[in-house]
Amino acid sequence: MRIIVCAKQVPDTSEVKIDPKTNRIIRDGVPSILNPDDANALEEALLLKDKDPETVVTVVSMGPPQAKDMLIECLAMGADECYLLSDRAVGGSDTWATSNAITALIEKIGPFDMIFAGRQAIDGDTAQVGPQIAEKMHLPQVTYVQKFEISEDKKTVTVQRQLEDGYEVIEVHTPCMLTCIKELNNPRYMTVSGIVKACKADAPIYVKSAKDVECDLTKVGLEASPTVVFRSFTPAPKAPGQIIQGEDERTQSKNLLAKLKEKHAI
Amino acid sequence: MAVVVNQELCKGCKICVKNCPFQAIDFDETTRKATINEKCTACSVCISKCPFKAISKDETDEVDLSAYKHIWVFAEQRDGELMGVAKELIACGRRLSRDISPETKCYALLVGNHLDALGQEAIEWGADGSILIESPLLEHFNTDGYTKVICDAIKEYKPEIILYGATHIGRDLAPRVAGRSNVGLTADCTGLEVDLEKYKAYCAKETTLDLSTLEGEDPNDKCIKQTRPAFGGNLMATIVSKKTRPQMSTVRPGVMSKQERVPGAKGEIIKVTPKLEESDIRTKIIKIVKEAKEMVSLTDAKIICSGGRGLGGPEGFKLIQEFADKVGGVVGSSRACVDAGWIGHEHQVGQTGTTVKPDIYFACGISGAIQHQAGMKNSKIIVAINKDPDAPIFGIADYGIVGDLYKVVPMIIEEWDNFSTAL
Repeated sequence: MRIIVCAKQVPDTSEVKIDPKTNRIIRDGVPSILNPDDANALEEALLLKDKDPETVVTVVSMGPPQAKDMLIECLAMGADECYLLSDRAVGGSDTWATSNAITALIEKIGPFDMIFAGRQAIDGDTAQVGPQIAEKMHLPQVTYVQKFEISEDKKTVTVQRQLEDGYEVIEVHTPCMLTCIKELNNPRYMTVSGIVKACKADAPIYVKSAKDVECDLTKVGLEASPTVVFRSFTPAPKAPGQIIQGEDERTQSKNLLAKLKEKHAI
Repeated sequence: MAVVVNQELCKGCKICVKNCPFQAIDFDETTRKATINEKCTACSVCISKCPFKAISKDETDEVDLSAYKHIWVFAEQRDGELMGVAKELIACGRRLSRDISPETKCYALLVGNHLDALGQEAIEWGADGSILIESPLLEHFNTDGYTKVICDAIKEYKPEIILYGATHIGRDLAPRVAGRSNVGLTADCTGLEVDLEKYKAYCAKETTLDLSTLEGEDPNDKCIKQTRPAFGGNLMATIVSKKTRPQMSTVRPGVMSKQERVPGAKGEIIKVTPKLEESDIRTKIIKIVKEAKEMVSLTDAKIICSGGRGLGGPEGFKLIQEFADKVGGVVGSSRACVDAGWIGHEHQVGQTGTTVKPDIYFACGISGAIQHQAGMKNSKIIVAINKDPDAPIFGIADYGIVGDLYKVVPMIIEEWDNFSTAL
């Protein structure tokens, strides 16, 4: 069985800070990490490999050459091989264009039984690329997967899809796309022997260009992306606080809740 | 970009018919040639499969943007109940439609089964009309069925904008529809404007954008300016899709406000008969389980109700727990209470406890030592309730109530449901 895992290298947004003078994001010194939901996707694939050592876990990613660092981490956790699509031609892609590029990469790799992806990446939070790869590859999808089981013959998977007020139990045939959330599992740590192997010069990390994967250049990159950034900016600085007045506690409470509602906080 | 079969080059081998994922290629037995039908999504699979290079994409077929009119709101329903976010987006869509032109309308797009009552309800919430797509196969949300019928409806009616709630359903469906329609989609928008002047007013109020950079933009361009947070809310961007239609956005529940319901409001009901077969749906729902929200950790909590020394004793956390249960939040605590043994360490917020940034942080009887502030000052909204008007917590609070928390908190609990927007 071959499992594809979609992974992305992201800045650790909990470490991102704003320069108070220029009001810009300080990216220097912010560590890059394997996107958290993608770690859950990889873990679920590795759990299948634990049970059946014949399973091949292939991690795919798109990004700058530095994204190799994140792929080394994936290998050290137990992935068998990693492919990185890295090319200026795919730079600036929005989710639609990204899904076209990654689809081309996966098609180049060959047949597979399942794709696991993280639900969303913490830098953009769009949750769009997983479903859009599924669409481009004509695969059925289940998003927000919090529990996963596979049948003996590996042809049917039964998953729990998280909803706001509960969950659905969904059955789907392979091949399919599943997007994973943190409730699914606890990602393992890298092992020492894994790190040693992953850092070797001949570690199975393959960097591919747009030409290598034969992606349609009219469908990838900044130019082809249907969405464009019109303007970007930082949010307005925090306004000074205010003391809520009112003749009694009930009025004060009502005034407070009205303010929170006005801010769409409740 | 329509896919076409060159009838001269076609040899009638039917390879394309077998490979089309959408049953979009018909085979004419008399002429022995393949033709593309209306199910085609321009996915291009057939182009690569044809051994005779007889299939190609007609790239000259530019999108005629002016052919796309009106705003649709995907009015999500579950078990026959209209979701709160649908009502909010109907009000938003209505406002935007008027900003585009007096003739532009806002329609609620309802997908499900037996939708007559919901179609009327959507109109009462402000929609000019409702588009109903009904089938027993659409009773519960499923990605394949909903995507197909919505994409078919888009092709037929050509809406200019579609808004979806950023729920677990909307965020599953919208990317799929956008992918198949080959259009842009912007996730989790917090601001939507079509009118340039209104966009400027929004930016002036909510952002640090230098408005002079907007001079030179065409005021008659009514493309939707979709503003969303990125990098954990540290940065914001306004996104546009100028080349493709429909333009699509998802919006989180609670971001927009619904308008007053007008009972008996009249509007147009359009029924669309879906072309859908059981085999189109590749997932099977075994069961749907409803469950009360599980206790979430402090780091993930949207709302935190925290108690401090001002509680006076361990029994004070009963009130804080009651408060948290009411608002769907998690109980937090200052270090003082943990050290005093009033509550477990796992609830501690602050430098030596957990760092949190919920949407709302209620600090009840917490003075706000610098170590506590270090763990919660990045909360989106901080509410402080304290007897002492000089408590440092008021210095970083967005809203403060100077008073006895034992009198104030019960009132907030009592009044909560009168203000809260359920999902």
